[in-house]
Amino acid sequence: MTYALHHAVLVIACPLVVPLLAHARWLRRVPHTAVLLWQALGLTWALSVVGLAFALGLAPYHLGVLPGLARAAADLTAGRLADRLIPIQLGALGAGLALTAMLVGALVTCTLEILGARRRHRRLLALVARLCPEAPGALVLEHPAAAAYCLPGMRSQVVVSEGMLKLLDRDQLAAVLAHEHAHARARHDLVLLPFVALRRVLPRLRLVAQAADAVALLVEMCADDLACRRHAVRSLATALLRVGTASGTAVPAGALGAATNPLAARAHRLLAPRPPIPWAVGGLAAAAAATVLATPLSLLVLPA
Amino acid sequence: MRRLGALEGAVMEVLWQRQRPTSARDVAQALAARDLAYTTVLTVLDRLAKKGFAQRTRVGRAWSYTPAAPREAYITQLMLEALNLTGDRDAALVRFARSVSSTEAETLRRALAAAEDPPVRRRRR
Repeated sequence: MTYALHHAVLVIACPLVVPLLAHARWLRRVPHTAVLLWQALGLTWALSVVGLAFALGLAPYHLGVLPGLARAAADLTAGRLADRLIPIQLGALGAGLALTAMLVGALVTCTLEILGARRRHRRLLALVARLCPEAPGALVLEHPAAAAYCLPGMRSQVVVSEGMLKLLDRDQLAAVLAHEHAHARARHDLVLLPFVALRRVLPRLRLVAQAADAVALLVEMCADDLACRRHAVRSLATALLRVGTASGTAVPAGALGAATNPLAARAHRLLAPRPPIPWAVGGLAAAAAATVLATPLSLLVLPA
Repeated sequence: MRRLGALEGAVMEVLWQRQRPTSARDVAQALAARDLAYTTVLTVLDRLAKKGFAQRTRVGRAWSYTPAAPREAYITQLMLEALNLTGDRDAALVRFARSVSSTEAETLRRALAAAEDPPVRRRRR
């Protein structure tokens, strides 16, 4: 029962941490660590939600979740599961299985949809995009609006529009391309994927949206930092500003949604850098996250 | 596979340039500089038709090909996805930036001007 309690505490605590992490400005100074914290938080929450249901359902076995499930499966085939578990426990067991199926299913469907969308996009790119000496390492789309993006995958592709080439000077364009190549190399799409999937399962939960938006912004900041290793901060910041304020790329009202604009946050961060966070603080935060995550993980296997 | 993919673009280019149905032989002639086998052009046209990028009609004993949609239509579609205007929030692409409102733009301009005033500060790493 103490284990179920532990899961229950985490199920409630994780959502409480979301606004704290989302509003912690200092995390933007260490975006890579911050992404790790969000991943740990998300995984901890998912594991403890599932773990809570299983811990309640499998309580009579006094085993961890995985060995307990094995024993329950054995009892089910032997036809004595109903003797071992009372109805409430059977219900909890069913809920645990349903939740697991829902989370895994969301991840799988989301991945398949994204892969399909990328395949279609890649196919069209092959038809109409061109190589252009002005944008080395990227494909160019002949369109006046300004856009730059990365099509991630095993063979990732960076794409810019002609509008973007007109908008930026050579250094700014190089910084933008470096930013996109950083996304591609670091496979930031895989970081975003579970949060996008979770948002699809729970589209109305504000906390989920908050977490997904925060991770998306942090991933951009990671790519900004990586791009600034080779390029002038000013070039990237100016590029952000120019793209953000360019006419012809106006996003319909409501499409942005966020109260504080992510683009503004990124530009401010680049233009007015705060002193770096001591290495130890980031390490400490990561260690704390790892500890919290370790408990639901260990309860999967350890006897209860 | 890769080569065929690149050829598809070149073949579509020919179809887009001609304003009328084009036979495989005409396409091969237009791409003579690439030194392609006629059968290769046939294969590519067949693939394009199967993917829905080209439509074919029988003219006499041979097929004639026309683009299913103008080039601009495909570019527009890609740009809509690039600018995330298709309506669904997905993670298929990782985009550089989106536009901001005019007041936010003003704040950004001021920040940029302020950063310009003192000797440009370099971000410490």
